[in-house]
Amino acid sequence: MSKRETDEVTGVETTGHEWDGIRELDNPLPRWWLYVFYAGIAVAAVYWVLMPAWPGVSGYTKGMLGQSDRADVVRELQGLKQLRGAQAAKLQKASLEEIEADPELQAYAQAIGQSVFGDNCATCHGTGGVGTKGYANLRDDVWLWGGSLSDIHRTIEVGIRSDHPQTRFSQMPAFGRDQMLTSAQISDLTEYVVMLSRRKADAAAVARAAPTYAEQCAACHGVEGLGDQTKGAPNLTDQEWLYGSSRDDIRGQIWAGKGGVMPSWKTRFDPETLKALAVYIHANAGGQ
Amino acid sequence: MSTQSATSKAAPLDAVLLFVTTGLLAFGALLATALSDDRLFRFQGWMFLGAFVIALLVMTVAITSGRLRSPENAYADGVVRAGVIATMFWAIVGLLAGVVIAAQLSWPAVFYFPEHGWLNFGRLRPLHTSGVVFAFGGNALIATSFYVVQRTCRARLAGGVWPWFVFWGYQLFIVLAATGYLAGITQSREYAEPEWVVDLWLTAVWVAYLFIFLGTLWKRKEPHIYVANWFYLAFIVTIALLHIVNNLAVPINGLSSRSVSLFAGVQDALIQWWYGHNAVGFLLTAGFLAMMYYFVPKRAERPVYSYRLSIVHFWSLIFIYIWAGPHHLHYTALPQWAQTLGMTFSIMLWMPSWGGMINGLMTLSGAWDKLRTDPVIRMMAVSIAFYGMSTFEGPLMSIREVNSLSHYTDWTIGHVHSGALGWVGFISFGAMYCLVPWLWKKEKLYSNRLAEWHFWIATLGILLYICAMWVSGVMEGLMWREYTPQGFLANSFVETVAAKHIENVIRTIGGLMYLSGAVIMSYNLWRTVRMPSSAPSAQSLTAPAPALIAAE
Repeated sequence: MSKRETDEVTGVETTGHEWDGIRELDNPLPRWWLYVFYAGIAVAAVYWVLMPAWPGVSGYTKGMLGQSDRADVVRELQGLKQLRGAQAAKLQKASLEEIEADPELQAYAQAIGQSVFGDNCATCHGTGGVGTKGYANLRDDVWLWGGSLSDIHRTIEVGIRSDHPQTRFSQMPAFGRDQMLTSAQISDLTEYVVMLSRRKADAAAVARAAPTYAEQCAACHGVEGLGDQTKGAPNLTDQEWLYGSSRDDIRGQIWAGKGGVMPSWKTRFDPETLKALAVYIHANAGGQ
Repeated sequence: MSTQSATSKAAPLDAVLLFVTTGLLAFGALLATALSDDRLFRFQGWMFLGAFVIALLVMTVAITSGRLRSPENAYADGVVRAGVIATMFWAIVGLLAGVVIAAQLSWPAVFYFPEHGWLNFGRLRPLHTSGVVFAFGGNALIATSFYVVQRTCRARLAGGVWPWFVFWGYQLFIVLAATGYLAGITQSREYAEPEWVVDLWLTAVWVAYLFIFLGTLWKRKEPHIYVANWFYLAFIVTIALLHIVNNLAVPINGLSSRSVSLFAGVQDALIQWWYGHNAVGFLLTAGFLAMMYYFVPKRAERPVYSYRLSIVHFWSLIFIYIWAGPHHLHYTALPQWAQTLGMTFSIMLWMPSWGGMINGLMTLSGAWDKLRTDPVIRMMAVSIAFYGMSTFEGPLMSIREVNSLSHYTDWTIGHVHSGALGWVGFISFGAMYCLVPWLWKKEKLYSNRLAEWHFWIATLGILLYICAMWVSGVMEGLMWREYTPQGFLANSFVETVAAKHIENVIRTIGGLMYLSGAVIMSYNLWRTVRMPSSAPSAQSLTAPAPALIAAE
């Protein structure tokens, strides 16, 4: 079986093995291949000498360069601390109003706020903060729970319908689903809300809905539909709608009374970050 | 299936054994399904039960009609033919899932199905990865290994009808895994998502596979074991080892679909990436090198370039590869010394990997003209070139400083796909283009022109894919590490996602092109099978000794 032959094309001998017509040439290892292989091993050996590498019974070889990832991280964090320096210390002590009064400190707080907002708040409120259906727009001057610096700070701290014990909480009843009102009453109320937002509405339906509105809605939304920020009740007379402005949207909201959840960020961020975030949102919205 | 009529003889022992085993398994599946109160466990129990009952019915018919015989003078090619069909089927399924999730990343608002949770990216993504790696790649490896080991040993597969158990058992594993992902059954280990029940089943199938392969080697009528078989054996043995260790887990209880990993924390992560990296090393590298070592010399009709190189690169590859896993955990809680070892073993691995490339490409010397005329040879040559490129890129990315930029970015995705689409896909397609005319006894493919179209569409698709991922990977890596002058991160994560929209679109187009190529190929192969048969001599079985006839 082992019959060494010479391959006609290359002039190289075969090994004499054959499997299903496949033979093998007896070429040596390519020199360059072997040398680069050795070089790879040499690079590895040098790296082992210089860097943390081999484990032993207790500990590991530390390497001649004494490099350590953990020490590097500590050094880099210290570098950041130095870079942020005086402003960070000022931010720690300043009240919200003092931050806004100091342009340099405010710029610093905004830099933090922007960074934190992008990776935490933008998920729901959007990168630009303009929100989407069910998630509040933070760039306009309409606020459910108040748009002053301290109101915003409070909302971030405790969240809305969150698990924080002092969370902001409001509940729009599900008038339709829970059979508090009939379908016809809800249709009339929808027209009433459309009228409140200064759009054309069916006058007869509005007249029919007026007593229902006074009885069921006015307690929170106000007799004139201006809302109440202490209760988180939306103003119905403006053009901003959390769950949409169409008749179907409004009807759906009266029927099912949706309410979203915003988490409490108090345990996620340190006090400086909370302040910076409030300043950032306040400065970029039509703040109050 | 055997065509010889031997109805008078008693049923063969191996078939009876398989029948009884399946019966016992069916009974076990029935009990477990009946007793469990876990909805997902019962879902999989029903699938097991259904598969076993169908298998029992088919075997009853086959045994009573005198089939399921395994004549020693003929190759077992039926199971290889089934493997070729399964390979192409799962290729289309796996690639399609890939295109769908690529589209989800490109247009998240369009391909978003909140009312169908099972169509979420998180469920479809493992369907894609397992679909292409294990369903397509695994079937290609099982089918070609069954073909190659018989030809290069001049012996019929060992185990009688048991290769059919491996084939159908493996398909059952794929279906259980895939439907499990969609139903939400996962142990969240990348490329090892199936839960313990399905893991156990794969273990049983794999051990049968190992015994069949070893048994065939044992029966061989050649004095030496061909290099392709070393690689196949390394692949089978190591995948068994990796699969078992990485899936060591304690089930919540014997009738629950859930389990808890035996390892915790960073040890768990290291075991997972020891597995993950060597799935690449021993399934996607060693296994497909085995394919290359048979089909390239066979198609080119040239001897393998260097026997010595094949020995040295085989042993250095399998010795070094197994240590490189920690490079998946750079700059994590993994101790730095372990990261160093992962990185340096990856650097040392460069040349052992390239040994396969040299041996593959240089085997074409004396047959270079075929690159011009034969799209199948060209496909395999390009596949080896992609192999060389991604086995250079891998060690490069394992260097900690490079990895700090590339890790978690699309660069990794691009790297994987240059290996998966370029190397694994193309070498498998090349092997299938060879196998179909051989197995169905045709003189040639139905259409060389269609194979040309496949080659060019798919090659262009790969280039679009990996170039887009290089650009987006480096870009997002740079955006992630960018600081403002005040020392705050300049970009939010979602901004880096938005920034790579166009690259995501290009990637989707590239993937779609690759899928189109596979569809063209399937059509071409189907038409080839339907062509009138030529004489059996087209098999080019020129062995001098009494050759086995390709039958079944």
